[in-house]
Parts: sequence; structure tokens; C-alpha cells
Amino acid sequence: MAKDQDKILNDVTSGEYKYGFYSDIEMDKIPKGLNEDVIRVISNKKDEPEWLLEFRLKAFRHWQTMKIPQWANLTIPPIDFQDIVYYAAPKKKASPKSLDDIDPELKRTFDKLGIPLEEQKHLAGVAVDAVMDSASVKTTFRETLAESGIIFCSFSDAVREYPDLVKKYMGTVVPYTDNFFAALNSAVFSDGSFCYIPKGVRCPMELSTYFRINAANTGQFERTLLVADDESYVSYLEGCTAPMRDENQLHAAIVEIIAENNAEVKYSTVQNWYPGDKEGKGGIFNFVTKRGICRGENSKISWTQVETGSAITWKYPSCILRGDNSTGEFYSVAVTNNHQQADTGTKMIHIGKNTKSTIVSKGISAGEGQNSYRGLVKVLKNATGARNFSQCDSLLLGDKCGAHTFPYLEVDNQGAIVEHEATTSKIGEDQIFYCNQRGISTEDAIGLIVNGYAREVLNKLPMEFAVEAQKLLQISLEGSVG
Amino acid sequence: MKDNRNNTIMLIIKDLKAAVGGKTILKGISIEVKPGEIHAIMGPNGSGKSTLAAVIAGREFVEVTEGTVTYEGRNLLDMAPEDRAKEGIFLGFQYPIEIPGVSMVNFMKTAVNEQRKHKGLEPLSASEFLKLMSEKKELVEINSALANRSVNEGFSGGEKKKNEIFQMSLLEPKLAILDETDSGLDIDALRIVANGVNMLKRADNATIVITHYQRLLDYIIPDVVHVLYDGRIVKTAGKELAIELEAKGYDWIKQSVEKNKPS
Repeated sequence: MAKDQDKILNDVTSGEYKYGFYSDIEMDKIPKGLNEDVIRVISNKKDEPEWLLEFRLKAFRHWQTMKIPQWANLTIPPIDFQDIVYYAAPKKKASPKSLDDIDPELKRTFDKLGIPLEEQKHLAGVAVDAVMDSASVKTTFRETLAESGIIFCSFSDAVREYPDLVKKYMGTVVPYTDNFFAALNSAVFSDGSFCYIPKGVRCPMELSTYFRINAANTGQFERTLLVADDESYVSYLEGCTAPMRDENQLHAAIVEIIAENNAEVKYSTVQNWYPGDKEGKGGIFNFVTKRGICRGENSKISWTQVETGSAITWKYPSCILRGDNSTGEFYSVAVTNNHQQADTGTKMIHIGKNTKSTIVSKGISAGEGQNSYRGLVKVLKNATGARNFSQCDSLLLGDKCGAHTFPYLEVDNQGAIVEHEATTSKIGEDQIFYCNQRGISTEDAIGLIVNGYAREVLNKLPMEFAVEAQKLLQISLEGSVG
Repeated sequence: MKDNRNNTIMLIIKDLKAAVGGKTILKGISIEVKPGEIHAIMGPNGSGKSTLAAVIAGREFVEVTEGTVTYEGRNLLDMAPEDRAKEGIFLGFQYPIEIPGVSMVNFMKTAVNEQRKHKGLEPLSASEFLKLMSEKKELVEINSALANRSVNEGFSGGEKKKNEIFQMSLLEPKLAILDETDSGLDIDALRIVANGVNMLKRADNATIVITHYQRLLDYIIPDVVHVLYDGRIVKTAGKELAIELEAKGYDWIKQSVEKNKPS
């Protein structure tokens, strides 16, 4: 681990976005625009059952009545929803049974991203669902996991192979009426991952989904549904990157988690969508609805996110703590550099008795970046014994950036204990000079200081991701001081 | 070219003038330090001692207006602070800086390996580094727990100063400048700091001890004592000068300087 850290600190010399390349892959792409016919085309392409098409159409009709939310502390340029391609998938051969059937260029792309599709090449202990634009390309270790009864596959496969499970859970945590982007996603979602951990099973490996946007002018709308049955455990990771382009691209995802009695789900994200250039041109608009429900007693859902990418991030991974004694956690590091904007945080809804939640948010702003924490802690009347602890820290690098904190508290139970702490600090010249005087360059010093600041959150990530995240933090902030 | 470094002077400060925020603090300082020597720079508060340390270490807020600083034959003022450090200059800070969340292990391993890289050496592995760290911990009698905590975070004043000496022992500098390392130390901490300095002393390295009090010099015996007053070196002599200062106080120096000032 320590060796990796050194390697990272030494390797990183340029601040370029490393994943900005584009792969020339034969695509099955529909024309731009959004209407009911487009939704039928998407549904048809995926051979979906009638009920799912109905779900999409209902969502679409609802979406048409909605307006883009303006309450966030973000400047969102107008988005022309008719100017987006809603389905673009790498062309598949009839039915790719083995890796040999996958376009070699696709394999190369994921190799380049450090996500080899061959199981033997991959990090031991991590199963990957690789998604490019609108389709899942390959899910590794599916068979190995199936031996323990675990279902891990693309969302499309799940609709085909486990329709009852999908029907039972989809939209129960994030209904399509939830918000503008959730409605849009519910209408046009193309792929994503599905995961079901049966009763009493502790998932033997990390599950992960890697999202890649590749095609131009497309939006990515994926759905992830993760169900942890009684007494089960799973740790799930997601990563994402996109090519560098002058145009903005839209990413609007939904993640739903269900944790039954005594189940535990850890959900980690390293978000590294293209953030746009130094002048703020291009970059991904990332509007994501993530929510989990602790349905069962003693269940636990823990969100950890490292948000370094995207031009705009709008994201509030939340927990509904319905089961008695259930626990929700949110650990976040969000970086905004250059012209990036982030409005991110969480909602902890305490419904059950003795429910506990912890929020640790670390914002880092540099350049002209604007970083807002927005968090709701809500304790319902019957949530006796509820406890929340929130800590929101902001770190400023430079004097053109901004950090904002918007905590909301709604407590209807007298006995609930809710604590909130907030700090704002600047990276001091003194700290940097102290490092310089020990022979550490300014860039490396910033990396050290920022990683130190974010350590509490990074420690929550699975190790492979923690290393990646440290590296990312350092790269994201290069050139931001001095 | 023949390397006759050991016979030459390590640090030559010549007619150095420097200002902070437009105000001249150093008004013409000349000092020469040879390998193997310990120099003490004494003087009342505000005389420019810490500014001198800052110039040698390369702090940006000090503006050098005149004069030269030559270190091992090179123009020190042209070098970036981290390069000075990698070339063997160490500053023991008067007020060591806290870096929350960064462990001492990670911090010092980065520092030591930067220096090794500079010298063309392989970086130390984690286990090699931890071994080195535990050796040095004993040397400077630093508490094991301190070394595992974040850099200076929550350390007491004395712990911070000991931690500076600990870092010095890991980096083995050629030229160490200790800026008021003795201030705020109780007698035990003072002894530990002094022991550290004495144990690290070699024929090929040098130390500049900046202090207000003579107390530290009971433990670290200087070869040369300079008295700095109002931005100038007003007296240079052997270790007996420190004792004289302790007995007579700085007023004695002030008066003799003021008396000799051209009117």
C-alpha cells in the first residue's frame, strides 16, 4: 500500500485528463431526439416485455410535465433534450458467447482504461460489468458468482432472465415521479447492472461496474439495481470516464439499493467523467439519483463517493432508514477545479427506531470551482432513539473558488440526537513550504495535503479504489496552486 | 575538476540584505560556515535571526535585495526550496506546521525518498523505511505513538520540536539550521534536542543554531558565536561570547552598538 502511494506520487507528472481518448467502434446508433417512438425503439432493441415499455412510457409522459430543477447552487446552461442521441451501443455479433466475439477495439478500450475483460487478467477478487454508452459489453465472473447463488449481470440480461426480481424491486426506491432526471432515466434507460445477493450469502468478491461514455452527442442513462437479501453482504464499486469533447454530454443515472434484515451494502463510486477544459468548455453533466432503503432490521447501507470529474455534478446518494436499528452512512470527497461545479450531499431519512446515520463530506475547491454540500437529516416522529452525526469540511485552494454548505434538519422526534460540525480551511503556504523544505515539490505537497484531508473518506474505499482515488485527487488538482 | 569540497567553505553569506514587506530586516550580513562546525546565532527579538533562516531555506516572502549566498560553490538564491532541501539543507522550524491526516510515516518516507531519488538511489521500501524510522526514534527519544500520528497534529510544543530533530535525523542534512528550537522546551526536552544534534554531528556536516538564550549552548557547544542586532552581525567570537551574553544580557550589546553608530 505504502509502496503504491509512492509510485502514485512519483508517476503523476502531468495534469492532463488521462481517459480522454475516443475509440473508433462500430456503433448501433439511433437518430437524435426524444419522443414516444424513440422510447419504443429502445425498448424494442432490447427485446423488452410489454410491462417495461409501459413503465417507460408512463415515465416519459410524466417527465414531459416536469421542469429541470433549479434549486441547486449550480449554473446549468440550457440543455436541448432533442439534441441528444438516446441509444448508442457497440454493435454485437448475434450472441457473444465468448470474449472472442467481442470487438477487439472494445477490448483494447477497456484494457487502456485498466479494466481488462479477461477474467484471468483482472484484479483477483473483483467482478466487473463493463458498460459502454448504452450497453453492457461484458460481465466477468458471472458464472463463478452464480455458484453462490449471486446474480450479477447487466440490467438488460436481468430483465430477460430474472423479470420477476426486476419487476418486484425496480422503481420501489426511486419512483419515476421522483425528480426530473429520474423520470428521464426511467423513460430512456438503456443498461446498467443488476445484482442480487441471496439470503445468508457474503459476496466473495467485490462487484463493480465500469461506465464508459464513448460516442459523441449521446447521453448515458443507466440504472443499477442492487438487492441484498436477509443476512447478506456485498461491496460494490463503480467507476466512470469519458472522452474529451468540446460539447457537454449528459449522464443521468439511477441507482437503487434494497437491504433486507441484517444485510449490509457498501457502495463506492470513483467518478471521473471528463470535467471540461481549463476554460470550462465541454465536460459531462452528471445528474444522478442514488438512493438506498434499509428495509430490514439491523440493515446497513454505506455510500462512499470520490467525485473528481464532470463539469456539473448533481447528486445526493441517500438512505431511507426504515428498519429498526438500521444504519446509513455517507462518506464523500468532491473536487471542483477550473470551472467545475458540484452540488452534492445526501439525505438520511430516519423512520425506524434506533436508526443511526453518519455523514462525512469533504469538499475541495480549486481554480474557479464551486462546491456545495447539500444535506438533509430528517427524523420522523416514531424514530425514537435516532442519531445522526454530520461533518462537513471544505478546503479551498486559491481565492477564486467557492465552498458552500446547505444543511437541512427536520426533526420530529424529541429524543433524537443530531449533531452537525462544519469547517472551512485553506491550504496554507506554510504547509506547502514545510513540505518543500523537506524536499517535496509543491505539486506533491498539495497531493499529500489533500489526501491527508480526505483520508477519513478514502479509508472507506476498497483498497484498489483507494489507490486510484488518491491518484485522481492529485491529478485533478495539478496546476491549481502557485 | 577535483572535488575538494571538504576543504572548502560550505556556506558563504556575503553582504546579505533582505526585506520583508518592503521593510529592510537584514542590513548586510556576512558569515562563513565550514563543514564540521557549529555556529550559534544569538540576538534579541526582532534582530533578524529568523529572517536569516528563512533566506537560507528559501521562503518567498523574504526579498533579498543585495548580497550573495553561496552553498557548496553554487548560488543558493537561485535554487527552489525543495532543491535546497534535497541538496542537504534542513530547517528546524521555530513553529512546526501541522498537516492533518498526513501520517508522519508517509510524510517522511516521501521526503527521504525524494532525497534518495535526487542522489540517484533506489527508494526505500516500506519495511526498510519503518526500520530506519524505529532506529531514529530511539536516537531522539521520540514516542512511538507520535511517529504514527499526523504531522505535528495535536503535538505539544515540546513534541513538535523533538519531531523536528527526529526529521533531521532521518534526512541527515549537510547543513542544519535550527531556528529557536529551544524555545518553549523544558529541561528534559532541551537535553533530548541537544543530544540529537550532538549525535548527528559529523566532520562533513554543519549546524547553525539560532537562539535567544544561552541555555541550549550548555548542551551544544558552538565553535563560533555571532551576535545579530538590528540586521547586522555586531560581534563574532568563540563559545565564551555566549557565556558573556548570558551574564551581561543584550543591553550591553545594544549600548555598544548604539554608541559606535555614526551620527
